[in-house]
Amino acid sequence: MSGKLKIHVDQEKCQGHARCKSLAPELFELDEFGNAHEIGDGSVPAGLEDKAWLAKANCPEIAIDVTEE
Amino acid sequence: MTDSARADPVPAMPDHPPVTDWVHDFDHTDPRWTENPFPIWDELRAECPVVHTKRFLGCYMPTTYEAVKQIAYDTEHFSSRRVIVRDVRPEIVNTAPPITSDPPEHKPAKQLLLPPFTPDAMKRLEPRVRAICNELIDVFIVDGKCDAAARYTKHIPVRAIAHMLGIPEKDSDLFIKWIHEILELGIKDDDIMMRAVHEMTAYFAGHIEQRKAHPTDDLISTLMNARDKNGQPLSDGHVLGSLRLLLIAGIDTTWSAIGASLWHLAKTPADRDRLIAEPELMPTAIEELLRAYSPVTMAREVMKETVISGCPVKPGNMVLLSFPAANRDPAMFPDADKVVIDRKENRHAAFGLGIHRCVGSNLARMEMTVAIEEWLKRIPDFRLDPAGQVTWSEGTVRGPRQLPMLFGKAH
Repeated sequence: MSGKLKIHVDQEKCQGHARCKSLAPELFELDEFGNAHEIGDGSVPAGLEDKAWLAKANCPEIAIDVTEE
Repeated sequence: MTDSARADPVPAMPDHPPVTDWVHDFDHTDPRWTENPFPIWDELRAECPVVHTKRFLGCYMPTTYEAVKQIAYDTEHFSSRRVIVRDVRPEIVNTAPPITSDPPEHKPAKQLLLPPFTPDAMKRLEPRVRAICNELIDVFIVDGKCDAAARYTKHIPVRAIAHMLGIPEKDSDLFIKWIHEILELGIKDDDIMMRAVHEMTAYFAGHIEQRKAHPTDDLISTLMNARDKNGQPLSDGHVLGSLRLLLIAGIDTTWSAIGASLWHLAKTPADRDRLIAEPELMPTAIEELLRAYSPVTMAREVMKETVISGCPVKPGNMVLLSFPAANRDPAMFPDADKVVIDRKENRHAAFGLGIHRCVGSNLARMEMTVAIEEWLKRIPDFRLDPAGQVTWSEGTVRGPRQLPMLFGKAH
């Protein structure tokens, strides 16, 4: 777990369940239709890594990617 | 096609003999399914990922999370034009876009409805819902007991959606009657369903006419003012269909989810005490209650032959798309038959999967959260009344319809 994490929401898969926004509001935002996007370039600030993994683990559409840089 | 000799409201029940072989002859309107479907689903799942019955003019049921997901994602072979498994398949005359829409019509119809139901929009509605809950509790708390389904959970979603639509909350009993006729009695009696749909359509047509003269800022006016992808106003038929959908889908679904949650908490003091001591657990607990007691079973119609989890399915059949059964699949959820209110990983499908994700999911979550929070604040100790009986609704939406409770600690 040395590298920094980066998240990305696949817009083709996201259906707006909004679970990620509920679990990790620091990392995700919703558009006017309620679909989720990563905030900024998706870089996960130190200390929020667990929330990134939690959001991924609860997305019903498997729409969230978490990668280590 | 109303038959004048059948003008009375008594449903003519077609023959539904009791089930003796669940695997080859399942029936989701059998009283044993209504009462306790979980062991039946386990039996079906152990047998096959997709089972079939000759009832309902031929119907499949996927029993695993994987099979349910495959069908929900496959809009090529499975249509949403019929979303209730019934004894009859009359010609389709009353659509309710987007729930009854397939691609490519689905997306534009859905996008019109999404902005009013975002989590931020729900935050603005939340104070009214909190007030509704407390108004209801005020009336029965002094009695020391109540039927929580009849006097509490039933009234919260219907008043909230009426508030959003801009129709009188006092018409709630009428809406609940129509929904009972469409979602429960309508499975077996087309005349009752058609009459309810016509009454509902006439009701909304009146509200649309009023707004043509006197525009408002509610959801009915929002839909009337919406434009399709070509910049044209929606047809009255589209607006009426979507209004029917919001009313039908927004009421006994969440009534059921709140009721089942209170039923669980009445029987499980440890979970109740923990939620009171650790209120930050509420969002996780709500998701788990949604998983374990998912109220809504949808349907699809097979349009083209295909194979699901190794099982061939043929056109002409319906599919009972049981998100509740998917959510009890032990291959997807460890301890699937246990309610674990701090379950960390929970990709439940209570609001569906794929393009038909419930448009009201944020509303439902907010209503459930507020209804349980306000109840626990006012009535922290409660239990099922042993002198009463809990009953459950039949068919498409499952939840308690009688939920007798006693307040205070057991002696």
